[in-house]
Amino acid sequence: MKRWIRDGDVVVGRLDRQEAAVVRGLVSQIQDMLLARAEEAPQDELAELTGIRTGSSEAPDDPILGRLLPDFHRLDDDAPDPDEVNSAAALRSLHEPELLDQKTGAAEIVLQTCSPDGGEIRLSIGEAEAWLSSLNDVRLALGTALDVTEDMPDELPPEDPRSPHLGVYHWLTWVQDTLVEAMMP
Amino acid sequence: MTTPVEQERTQPEAVGAEIAAEDRPWQTVVWNDPVNLMSYVTYVFQKLFGFSRDKATKLMLDVHHKGKAIVTSGTKDKVEADVAKLHAAGLWATMQRAS
Repeated sequence: MKRWIRDGDVVVGRLDRQEAAVVRGLVSQIQDMLLARAEEAPQDELAELTGIRTGSSEAPDDPILGRLLPDFHRLDDDAPDPDEVNSAAALRSLHEPELLDQKTGAAEIVLQTCSPDGGEIRLSIGEAEAWLSSLNDVRLALGTALDVTEDMPDELPPEDPRSPHLGVYHWLTWVQDTLVEAMMP
Repeated sequence: MTTPVEQERTQPEAVGAEIAAEDRPWQTVVWNDPVNLMSYVTYVFQKLFGFSRDKATKLMLDVHHKGKAIVTSGTKDKVEADVAKLHAAGLWATMQRAS
């Protein structure tokens, strides 16, 4: 991977075959998790009539999905305000279907524009924005799974089971950071 | 579910407090997290809200150093839409009444 370069209305990058496999594998996994969540949404005859979709009103149990689909209010862990609990449930139900569409759609654009063979990647600005949010979702998921902290070292001791995955996380951080740099207005 | 403490909140004086609360604007709060890149957070603030690089950077640094920043405020509908946009970008955002 070389750093991303902006060339007018096109953003150009390059991944080798192995790097492309890592990106595609992780993006697919996140997309699958989000699609599974979307399928859990309550089936509602009224929603089908009106076309207004309702998502789940409950936050996901899974910490990765929880980070990708946050509550609309900051709820106190021990003594949440009952009004805010109700409001957070209503807002989640209202907004989650669209959020899931946005995230799975961004993942789909990455999968469509990242060849399994690797090679040069030429993105429109819209596609590059999808890459940014999708790479960010993957890093949020990995960061949650690896329990990343702000003072995380570049390398963990070899005996730490997270050690090999942290390398992937740091590489994705670099890929995302150079893409932000190329896109910065 | 109710508890004695919650029942107390529905006493008449609490209703008065609620009416006052109706007048207070809503705020969009972005919270610090260990994953989101400083460069990306700045980019998102510029792109979603049209902030200058300086304003976006200042808010990003507030999030980073103070743990949170209020990035927009206004009607409930506006703030709700802003929080939804920030969630799509992967930032940890919530909404609250101004205190």
